[in-house]
Amino acid sequence: MQAETSNISGVAPLEVHDLTVSYHKKPVLYGVDLEVPAGQLVGIIGPNGAGKSTFIKTVMGLIKPSSGWVKLFGKPYKKALNRVGYVPQRESVDWDFPVSVYDVVMMGRYGHLGVGRRPRRQDHAIVEECIDRVKLTPYRNRQISNLSGGQQQRVFLARALAQESDLYFMDEPFAGVDAATEAAIVELLQELKRKGKTILVVHHDLPTAKQYFDSLILLNMRLIAFGKTEEVFNYELLQKTYGGRLTILSEVAEAVAGETFSGDL
Amino acid sequence: MSGLVQRKVGTSLGLFLLLSGVLHAAKIGELVDTSWTEQAVRFWHFTDPAVRYAFLGSLFMGISCGLLGGFIVVRKLALVGDTLSHAVLPGVAFGFLWAGGKDVWTIFIGATIAGLLGTTLVSLIVRTTRIREDSALGMVLAGFFAVGVCLLTIIQNLEMSGKAGLDKFMFGQAAALAEADILMMGVVAAAALILVFFLYKEFLILSFDRAFGAALGLPVRILDGLLMFLLACSVVISLQACGVVLVSAMLITPAASAYLLTDRMHRLLATSVVFGCATGVLGSFFSFLGNNLPTGPFMVIAASLVFFLTFLFAPRYGIIPRRLRWRGQCKRVALENTLKAVYHALEIKKFSDRHVTLGELAQRRNTSTILVKQEVDALVRERLAFISAEKSGSLLEEQALLLDHKGWVRACEIVRNHRLWEFYLTHEADYAVDHVHEDAEKIEHILGESAVRALERKLNFPRKDPHGKLIPSLEDIHYGNF
Repeated sequence: MQAETSNISGVAPLEVHDLTVSYHKKPVLYGVDLEVPAGQLVGIIGPNGAGKSTFIKTVMGLIKPSSGWVKLFGKPYKKALNRVGYVPQRESVDWDFPVSVYDVVMMGRYGHLGVGRRPRRQDHAIVEECIDRVKLTPYRNRQISNLSGGQQQRVFLARALAQESDLYFMDEPFAGVDAATEAAIVELLQELKRKGKTILVVHHDLPTAKQYFDSLILLNMRLIAFGKTEEVFNYELLQKTYGGRLTILSEVAEAVAGETFSGDL
Repeated sequence: MSGLVQRKVGTSLGLFLLLSGVLHAAKIGELVDTSWTEQAVRFWHFTDPAVRYAFLGSLFMGISCGLLGGFIVVRKLALVGDTLSHAVLPGVAFGFLWAGGKDVWTIFIGATIAGLLGTTLVSLIVRTTRIREDSALGMVLAGFFAVGVCLLTIIQNLEMSGKAGLDKFMFGQAAALAEADILMMGVVAAAALILVFFLYKEFLILSFDRAFGAALGLPVRILDGLLMFLLACSVVISLQACGVVLVSAMLITPAASAYLLTDRMHRLLATSVVFGCATGVLGSFFSFLGNNLPTGPFMVIAASLVFFLTFLFAPRYGIIPRRLRWRGQCKRVALENTLKAVYHALEIKKFSDRHVTLGELAQRRNTSTILVKQEVDALVRERLAFISAEKSGSLLEEQALLLDHKGWVRACEIVRNHRLWEFYLTHEADYAVDHVHEDAEKIEHILGESAVRALERKLNFPRKDPHGKLIPSLEDIHYGNF
């Protein structure tokens, strides 16, 4: 792992220290520590409710952690906004919303435009190129509900590409897509990696996880393991991640939510 | 009107309101004698300041409600808009009591605060208890409204001057708008226009994908608050024109109509504004015709009528065009099935003869000659085929049908689509030969030319279908290699 830390600035794209997140006082993530080196394709795996989405949302500043800190490229999130791209879960938006494929992809440029500024010529060019890269050019003016699930996922991907970031967070981009789209996404992720980008992908399918990602973050309310796929994708660690769901951790969490546990978390 | 303003500055507010109340009463008395045609002429001549104000007020209301309503509808916040518009009522009463009369800006501030208080209370209830949003909205709407009605009743019974205009807040009276009201409406409408214009992309992303907006570093809470504030202002300025009870309809209905007409947000907003303005003006016009009946109901009726028309006739989402498209499709499928039967009948005769008799067709289609005759008539009407007089016998089943060139090409295409699809299913999707016919019966009508080309390339231009019959290629169709 140390050998690959040598990115341009020498600073890790993502550094997380003792991160704890709670919903309504009920902790969902405990003391996560990790440092992701540049140019890696990282899968985040774990059972439902393990806090995978919560993890990336917290890292991006969408959820406030109850303790710990996150640094992106050595800076707090607010100062690294323009270097971070995001692909949210497909179900998180209303696909009947009156926007076209082009409009949605253009949203990826908003971070580079100031508040109140209109897209410039170069923004339009970038949007066209990103739509082309996910092969949606024939559909660019379609309203987004008139697309298949895989095409909708590609719209989100194109929007993230238009952000022109160095670090990407993707929340289940492979969920409910056809085989062709899955292959296209994998291809795209590899291409981003070759350009030195760092990509963290929440993933739910174990067999393909092994095949797609360089490293894996095994998560189940706490960090079980983080390391090269061939090193961490083994029976013991997966058993630890997926097996024995009712561990002492979730019992403590219940206790805290019921206010019988008075410690500060 | 500048005289009025001076008087307002010079004399006490109570006296002014008393005076304007008297003036207003005199005006209504004068209107009673006029016929509705005279009233219509008076309205569209705009010479009467009351008419001018009613017109301008309706326009300003249409602009602000149309714009904010657009966001409300796409964000599924219609009920929030409804609750907010009812929650402003106690604020109107408090504003009135505070100023000791009908002061435009005091009432504006009071009503806006009450409205925002109502929506804040809703989110507080939702956040802190297990009560869901719909119940919280319902309770706050009714609770605030009840307080408002009580306060207004108390005010009506008070020994106080200048209460005359207050009843207009219930159902609206555009013709009772004064210069100060118009000024306030204009300011809010302009602010709404300017802010939505400059913050369009921020509001768009906030409405479509709030989390993504937040990840981009947009101040989503501030933007949310700004949108809510603009919404409250739009509701408040519309109160005198449309009334507390119905103003939420002016937020929702024009925008909902626009949503059925377009698939792009900026067009939705523009259309919604146009509908809001048009129905607002129409509402005040009809209210004026009827000697100043309450304006709100007329505006809402006009808006509902517009919605009803779009519901019926909107090209893409209206029910009638959709029904027509569906029927057109059914008709096309029926025609294509007849053409296919003609092809099959010709194929049985190994294309030795170009004519098919109705009897042969009926046998092929497994129905009566009479039904086949109806189908054939449809083909003849569409000029896809004609009945050859010289080849026909005297009996119905002896009538000979000859396909026109257009009909022949279409028949070949349908047969090709069917057989190509069967070939695809058996070769690429591993279907059994006897399982593919039903599927192909549907697909044959849907496959477009580009899909056919792609299939042909993918399958390497097959000549025979799984049942050993010819798949007519483009060349076969146009040069008749049969």
